[in-house]
Amino acid sequence: MNATLPDAAPPSFARHSLAMKINGQPYRLEILPWTTLLDVLREQLDLIGTKKGCDHGQCGACTVLRDGKRVNACLTLAVMCEGAELTTIEGLASGDELHPMQQAFIKHDAFQCGYCTPGQICSAVGLANEGRAQTAADIQELMSGNLCRCGAYSNIRDAIEEALPACHPRNAQGDGQ
Amino acid sequence: MNPFHYSKPASVQDAVHLAGPASRFIAGGTNLLDLMKENLTRPEHLIDITGLPLHDVRETASGGVMIGALVSNADLAWHPLIEQRYPLLSQAILAGASPQLRNMASTGGNLLQRTRCYYFYDASVPCNKREPGSGCPARTGLNRIHAILGASAQCVATHPSDMCVALAALEAVVHVQGRNGARTIEFADFHRLPGDAPERDNQLAEDELILAIELPAAGFAEHSHYLKIRDRASYAFALVSVAAALDITGSIIRQARLVLGGVAHKPWRDGTVESGLVGKAASRETFSAAADALLQNAEPLEHNAFKVTLARRAIIRALSNAAQGGHV
Repeated sequence: MNATLPDAAPPSFARHSLAMKINGQPYRLEILPWTTLLDVLREQLDLIGTKKGCDHGQCGACTVLRDGKRVNACLTLAVMCEGAELTTIEGLASGDELHPMQQAFIKHDAFQCGYCTPGQICSAVGLANEGRAQTAADIQELMSGNLCRCGAYSNIRDAIEEALPACHPRNAQGDGQ
Repeated sequence: MNPFHYSKPASVQDAVHLAGPASRFIAGGTNLLDLMKENLTRPEHLIDITGLPLHDVRETASGGVMIGALVSNADLAWHPLIEQRYPLLSQAILAGASPQLRNMASTGGNLLQRTRCYYFYDASVPCNKREPGSGCPARTGLNRIHAILGASAQCVATHPSDMCVALAALEAVVHVQGRNGARTIEFADFHRLPGDAPERDNQLAEDELILAIELPAAGFAEHSHYLKIRDRASYAFALVSVAAALDITGSIIRQARLVLGGVAHKPWRDGTVESGLVGKAASRETFSAAADALLQNAEPLEHNAFKVTLARRAIIRALSNAAQGGHV
């Protein structure tokens, strides 16, 4: 797929051509260097599941998986993602079958308004890939980069605790599928 | 964010030759992009160094460990060599930022992050660090999070890193390269006190790039502890932090390292206090005396006098935990 940002490049600033895979699909993008990955996903590719909260790396609403690792898309320059394999909330399910983490969030009612939820779920899948959380307290600490202003924290923790065994740790390079 | 040119050099040589007064190196970008979004820095050119071969953690011939500047904070904290031989460093890294930011942030970049002083971070107010000579509203303003040691009339900012507090305690060495060649900088000399040039956080020249951080063999794995005190349980900068490392035979201290974070413009260390611990019993009385000595020149501001008491208690607890094996 091709995509070009609509904003005008000031004279003498070159667009950069790059290739990346998003949710298993190859993309070729022509982008200006100051465009964040978050803005490319939302404004250019219409992948609006990834949310813009603080836009400063403090809230975690923009969390996506880059080569299997959770990152803040708002503090990632798209131009630095050449060759990356990205997974957003749109890429976690297999067809109509939800990812175990998505299932668990529904079962445990782990959200209220839902704005932070895509970031929470991507972060939780990243946490599973890391394979470091052994206890509920570990989950709590290792989810500290995702804020929920509705305060659904205890249900989020419970959902992750239940889903973890069904999420096989993977060491990077995964696309989250 | 302001418009900028972007390039991605393939060699260290190329990277340092591209560097200039209006350029910045970028790796994880977690602090630099935030500063750019806040209009606090406006580089004309970003030099992406993530393609450089600086991603390894390896043992050195002298029994230490060489950490490539581009190793992520998360990969470093969870590296088997670091977890086993330098648990103080793992603890400090994991006490900082969030899992997402630790996946992105680089080892070299962690050293170069800027202060989170509210006034530095607000482009609409004066700040001597941001605009030399413009003034320091923090000195008489809201200064609860600011320095109690080593500050100057021009600047009362603190260094925000947890990792650097542990690296100071471990006497790491910073390997850098510029256009005129490579050099090494002892960790204690890397960051500066503000003095009358608070705009300079460290000793790096503008064309110099951090290549690696070297840890000496002594990791104090048996008796070390990183204690961080902050306003919430996780994901906040330190009000006070302590890196404590002891070498104990019987109950007698043979070697000691004691560094404070969150209290000064750089990790705060006093060799006299450390040598004062040597030969003493690892007791509360000893630790209490060390805390008093390290804080004797503290100069609190209007809103941060609590940090002196907090630091005193944190030092005693961190040293006690270290003496008991660090896993408290």
